[in-house]
Amino acid sequence: MLRNPSIAIGGGIVVLMVLLALFAPYLQTIDPLSMNPLNRMKDPSSAFWFGTDAYGRDLYSRVLYGGRTSLTVGFAVAVLSTGVGLLIGLIAGYYRSLDGVVMRIMDGLMAIPAVLLAIALSALLGGSVLNVVIAIAVAESPRVVRLIRGIVLSLRERQYVEAALISGVSRSRIIVRHILPSTFAPLAVQATYVFASAMVLEAILSFIGAGIPPTTPSWGNIIAEGRQLWQIKFFIILYPALFLSLTVFAINIFGDGLRDRLDQRGDRHL
Amino acid sequence: MVQSIANRLISTVPILFVVSVLIFSLLYLTPGDPAQMIAGAQATQDDVERIREALGLNDPALMRYFDWLWDVLHFDFGRSVFNGRSVTELIMQRMEPTFSLMALTTLFAIVIAVPLGVLAAWRANSVVDRIVLVLSIASFSIPVFVTGYVLAYYVAFKTGLLPVQGYAFLKEGVGEWLAHLVLPSVSLGLIYVALISRITRASMLEVLSEDYIRTARAKGLLGRRILFVHALRNAANPIVTVVGVGVALLLGGAVVIESVFNIPGIGRLTVDAILRRDYPIIQGVMLLFAMIYIVVNLIIDLLYTVFDPRIRY
Repeated sequence: MLRNPSIAIGGGIVVLMVLLALFAPYLQTIDPLSMNPLNRMKDPSSAFWFGTDAYGRDLYSRVLYGGRTSLTVGFAVAVLSTGVGLLIGLIAGYYRSLDGVVMRIMDGLMAIPAVLLAIALSALLGGSVLNVVIAIAVAESPRVVRLIRGIVLSLRERQYVEAALISGVSRSRIIVRHILPSTFAPLAVQATYVFASAMVLEAILSFIGAGIPPTTPSWGNIIAEGRQLWQIKFFIILYPALFLSLTVFAINIFGDGLRDRLDQRGDRHL
Repeated sequence: MVQSIANRLISTVPILFVVSVLIFSLLYLTPGDPAQMIAGAQATQDDVERIREALGLNDPALMRYFDWLWDVLHFDFGRSVFNGRSVTELIMQRMEPTFSLMALTTLFAIVIAVPLGVLAAWRANSVVDRIVLVLSIASFSIPVFVTGYVLAYYVAFKTGLLPVQGYAFLKEGVGEWLAHLVLPSVSLGLIYVALISRITRASMLEVLSEDYIRTARAKGLLGRRILFVHALRNAANPIVTVVGVGVALLLGGAVVIESVFNIPGIGRLTVDAILRRDYPIIQGVMLLFAMIYIVVNLIIDLLYTVFDPRIRY
């Protein structure tokens, strides 16, 4: 841990953000959803730590609760994309007959810019936390598939896999017992990158107007709501953006630290 | 070589086919009925039915796909559901801002990122290297529209040095055009800089450990000459590759940044279309962007075969 400060620093910030999100009900000062026309667009003060937004809602409490949504989306996408990507990648890598078709579909998905694909899917499915998670996961999964498939392709040529095959071990058992464990380390590194990237994408979807509806605050949609006032009350964009960027930064350096520690080659945003 | 180029060309056909199927099937994702939307809330059942028939919505899905594909192959992406204008025409009108933005961003990114990456590799593990690394992770971590607003607020709005938003067409003068594009290009370019500089660093590190670099150094060549002539040329392939792959980031980012800076480009057209569920425009732009991505990467791959005879497809 001491040899690798990025794991400690990145992990520390992430844990802090998760704690803030978990204990949001105890840390909030004012109900994040309650509107008060008298308190519209107040600058930060002792009553409103981060100021208030266009509807007089307390920005500090909204940012706390926003962390819940944003971290949940990031985590859910990371789990979903790595799960689906692992399954498809194992199949494509091991069953050569399916490989061509599966990888062409992945190439096709990756040819459409991830941002555009996620925006289109989310807008067409309709904005809800679940649909946003699905839309981002579809855009993120092909990279995981490609990573896992590459690993499987190199592993299946190894002698211990051949030896297992010759001794009559079934294909599914080879995949589960001999190939799957080797994918865990690179998958963990990739999961952190997907986590980080998903949080950024969530913000972009909200910004475009194709994200989570404002009744559920997320860092993304708080920033998006600050848009109309950006020239007069810039802090409405600034505070949630600082939280979001700091968290994503922390997850990214945690991922880099993990990669160096596990000696893995990660496949960041490509 | 001709054989190799032909193979590479043919390999794009299945990808284009998959892309077209994916984009076409998007239409089936949504619960709403496009005919009902065109007809409006007051339309009778008969009206809606007539529109369905006219649009061919009653045909089987497979037949509709091939009809659509046939039109697309003739550069006919259909008409906007809202104003009935040809999608091809709408896209053409908005080409200039988007392509200006992308060209300037690419230029900015390469000019900044390559020297930065070379420097980081030359002084690997030094303070400079660490700073470049942290900055590049930071630019991956800040959403492109936040960078856009921060620059628009602190650089343009607060100081008045640059136009805050909007776009000036080239015919209004190069100065104006450039002034309006500086901040959007920088905001969009940061993530691209991060990507390219990291690959440049990694690729240069590999090359710098080669024997011929040691030989060059032993010959007494100057450090700068070794770096930029001997090493960079041999490190170029991964860099060029990542520039090509990064085009997807640029295209996606353009959609976002055009909204921040009110640039009337293809990105704005797309966002407006998505919010109004104007399918023909959404499909047209997605297809166009995917095609740009595929063609750019095709050209890059073909350039490899021309410049490096060892590479074959």
